[in-house]
Order: sequence, then C-alpha cells, then structure tokens
Amino acid sequence: MSAAPKPRPAIVPAPPRTRVTPGGTVRVIGTLLATNYSFWYGPNQALHDITVEAKPNAVTALIGPSGCGKSTFLRSINRLQELSPRTRHTGDIAFDGESVFARSVDPVELRRRIGMVFQRPNPFPKSVFDNVAYGPRVTGAARERDLPRIVERALTHAALWDEVKDRLDDLGTSLSGGQQQRLCIARALAHEPEVLLMDEPCSALDPIATQKIEELIVDLKREYTIVLVTHNMQQAARVSDYTGFFFLGRLVEFGTTQQIFTSPRDERTEAYITGRFG
Amino acid sequence: MTDVPAASLEPEVVPRPTAEERWRALRTVSRGDVVYRSLLTLLTLCLPAVLLVIALELLVAALPGIRAMGLSFLVHSEWDAVHDRFGALPLIVGTVYSSAIALVIAVPLALACAVFLTEFAPRWLRQPVATLIELLAAVPSVIYGLWGIFVLIPLLRDHLWPVVKPVLHWLPIFSGVFYGPSMLAAGVILAIMILPYIAAVTREVLLAVPPAQREAGLALGATRWETVWTVILPYGRAGIMGAVILGLGRALGETMAVTMVIGNNHQVALSVLKPGYTIASVIANEFAESVTRLQVSSLFYVGLVLFVITLVVNALARFLVWRVARGSGVGSTAL
Repeated sequence: MSAAPKPRPAIVPAPPRTRVTPGGTVRVIGTLLATNYSFWYGPNQALHDITVEAKPNAVTALIGPSGCGKSTFLRSINRLQELSPRTRHTGDIAFDGESVFARSVDPVELRRRIGMVFQRPNPFPKSVFDNVAYGPRVTGAARERDLPRIVERALTHAALWDEVKDRLDDLGTSLSGGQQQRLCIARALAHEPEVLLMDEPCSALDPIATQKIEELIVDLKREYTIVLVTHNMQQAARVSDYTGFFFLGRLVEFGTTQQIFTSPRDERTEAYITGRFG
Repeated sequence: MTDVPAASLEPEVVPRPTAEERWRALRTVSRGDVVYRSLLTLLTLCLPAVLLVIALELLVAALPGIRAMGLSFLVHSEWDAVHDRFGALPLIVGTVYSSAIALVIAVPLALACAVFLTEFAPRWLRQPVATLIELLAAVPSVIYGLWGIFVLIPLLRDHLWPVVKPVLHWLPIFSGVFYGPSMLAAGVILAIMILPYIAAVTREVLLAVPPAQREAGLALGATRWETVWTVILPYGRAGIMGAVILGLGRALGETMAVTMVIGNNHQVALSVLKPGYTIASVIANEFAESVTRLQVSSLFYVGLVLFVITLVVNALARFLVWRVARGSGVGSTAL
C-alpha cells in the first residue's frame, strides 16, 4: 500500500522517496500535476485553467495579490476546498499520476498523504503530545506504544523537539506563536506525508519566528514536496525553487524562482515582483 | 509650517499649567465618575443581597419545622398533615430522580441536534430547524402538562410500554405495573422541556468553534465524524457542560408540568413506572391549603432543601466546568 514508515535521520539528506510500481519500475513519489484546473464558487469562477507541476524535493511557491486564488488552488489539492457549499471544478489535479478526484480516492487517505499547514497556527487545545499524535491516532495508522517515537520524530523534524521535550504535557496553545506553527508542521509530519501544503505559514508570525520556519522549509524539502503560498516575495525568493505567479485566478507565469525574479516574461509578473501593484 | 504665525494669531491667554497642576488634574477623580460608580456598585450588590434575603426568609420560615424535626425530616417518607408528621425523602429523591431521567434523555438528543445542525444538515435546513427547537422553550409549562396527560402518558402506557415490556421488565427500574402518571412520564416531559435550552446553547458553542480547528482535523485525515468527535466537541466541552447545567437547573425547579404527570405520591421507588413527587410539586400543591403551622413550615423547610440542592448542583457544576476547561477552547489560553 503506502510507503512503509522508516525512521529518517533529520540531518543527513534523504534520497528522494520512491515506490516500486507493480511493473517493477522505481518511481519518485510526491509529484503533483494540475492540468486545466478551474474552480467555481457558485457562479463565480475563482480559478481559470491552472496547469502547474510541483516536483518532489523542491519548494514550489505560489505568489500573487490577495484574492487571486492561490489558497483556493492549494486547498483544492487536498480536497479541502470542495467542502465549501456550492463549489465545482473542471480539469484535474494528479498526485503521483493518479487523479485526486478519482472515485477510488478516499479524501481522508489523500489528506493523510498530503499534509497541510494553515495561515494562522491552529493547534488543538490539547497537550503538545496529543496534538502531534492526533493524525496517527485518528486514522489508526499507529499503535499507541509507537506514538512516543512518532511524536519525537515529527517534533525533531519540525525543529521543535529541543524546545518542548520537557513540556509535552503542556497545552499546545500555551506555546509561542512561532512554536505553535512549528507544532502544526510537526502535526502534519507525523503522518509521514509525501507532500506538505503551506498556506502563508508565516503571515501571523514575527520576523524571528518567520526566519525559523523558512529555515525549516528549506530543511524539509529534502524529504517532501512542498507547495508554499505566500504574500511575501522575499520569502518566495529565499526558500523556493519554482515560483508561480497567480493573478485574477489565472497562473500568469511559472518557472524557476530565479527566472521569475530576474527575467520575468510577462509584464504583469514584472510589475508585481517590482512592487508596482498588489 | 512655522509656528510663529499661529502663535501670534492665538496669543496664550491662559498660562500653561505647571507640572504640578497637571499631575493633580490627572490624579483627581471626576465627581460624575464617583456617583456613577457608587450607583453601579449599589445595583450590583442588590443581586447577591436578594439571594441572601431569600435564603434568610426561607430559613426563618423553616425554623419551626427544623426545630421540630431536625435532620430526620430529610430521611423520613411520611407526609401526614393530619398527624403533623412530615418527611421529605420521597420529594428529594423524586426531584433528583426526575431531573436525572430528563438529563439522560435530553443530553444525547440535544447534542445530536446541535451537531447535526452545525455540521451535517443541509444549509437551508439549519436555521429553520434551530428556530423551531428554540420555540419549544416558548411553550408554557402547563401546556406541556396537558400534553403529558392527554398524549404522552397514553402513548407511553398503551403503545410504547407493551412493546418494550418483555425486554425490560426484569430490570428493577422498570418493575411493577405501569398506570401512567409516573417518574418516567415526568422525566420525559422534563427532557422535552430542557432540550431546547441544551440544544440551543450547545449549537452556539459549536458555531463558535473556529473553522481553523475543523479544517485542521480534516486536513490531518480525520473524517467529518471523527473531526466532530475528536476536535469540535472537545473544543467546546466547557460550554457544552454549561448548557447541560442550565438544563439541569431548569429541570430541578420545574413545577407545573411535573406536578401534572408525576402522580404526586409520597413514596420512594426505584422503578420509574411508579408515581413519585417532587419538591416543587408539593409546594405548589399544598401551600394554599396548609392547615397547621408545622405543615407550612415543612413546606418552607423542603423549599430550603431545594434551594440547597440547586446551590450544591451549581457549585459542583462550576467546579466541573473549571476542571474540564483545561484543554477546551473556552477558558484556555487559546482565548
């Protein structure tokens, strides 16, 4: 079924995660590919023909002004957006070659493989331990006696273990804002997902906490596919490998981060990254 | 942008206050504030004062009864106005028992209503149904009593009981003959009466759970049902507890409807099919026709007991809320 959970040291760069297909070929996993994806809220079309790819072991940043559909797109990937009333979509988003909208795909299983971090830290008002253990517990993916190991690994991955190892019983909500966001990242990592979706993870944080999260993102891309929505262009430039510029529900331009920020092809992209609007 | 013309246009007639004057002005309290504040303090203190006066009045009026019977009043079952012998045990048991039955029935129903209306119901259905449930609270108590006599009791006795009797009859709480007016009927009526309160407050509590919590649960691979069970209900549990206590308070003191269906019989019985009596009912039934001084005093005495029960229940409930508030949205550092 899914990849067997194996302990991964935090320091040594891990090789790309692979899966052996029934045919015997070894394939890198964690690839997202949207093709002609459009999305409507009632009569209003929020996304127009988005075609974009997120590669494993890379950070793909989605930038653009507010309300241009970045978050809608991100939340479409783990099928969270479709829970809103009166929405529909056309086109497709494929995860490792399989449509996330396929009848055979269980959204619950999908969300286990595609972790998500939200704009504001939203830890549960439970203990630090229970926060991280939530996913494995609720999906029954781990036995209770394995949880301490899983929690420690997830917290270590999220660069939070040293700060909270003595206060695992404290409420997650009693941590500082930056720690809460790293707790939420650890919570998402506890499942060993293949993809991490981050929806403006630093927008509610101070500069120092932001810096820590950014270092963490760079660190995490060695093992995960990361899709990062951000308002902050410096952040996109600092941490991402690929950048897509969204404007009015369309993906105006997509390319390597360096290309987008140094030689954008579209004049709207250039206007945005030079700060002329948005 | 120079301030020379401004200064010449408006020469300083009033000398600027010295540092000391400014300091004094800052420190003086305006007279209006003093009046306003004392008035509010007075009005606020009135409320606890009313509580104390009621307690005192009850105590004074109950004194003859307390002197005559002492604490044995609480453990005796007799209620004999002719021979001036009074015992409140059936009343106390009946009050607590009927309320307990009401909670057992109403809490799961109310929680289910609230969860359904906030999480699962189609959107167009949510508000109308919520309003209808709240309207249940607007039905007068005596109407519930009438409905209990003419609809609920026949329904329970003639239709429901014959069906479930073979399965449940061996249980001590369902033993005996079911004539109709009973602890069970009172409990069911009370359940219907407190359900709108518990459901409405719980619904508000669940609506106040931040969407981010819900999404966090879903994004971690929980189903909608698991999200309700492991995220939303725990987040609101202090508030839900508060809703239950509100309902319990109503149930303990409810008089009219209970009096009409409980059977008004001074006996302590384990079976919910047997008639019983509650404190509120006995006061309502007997106060106007009390003959002896001791009977009146006994009614006050038992009223005092109800007062104490309610206080204890509320104190206990507050303690519980305080205990469970750790780890729920309300009362934690999250808010």
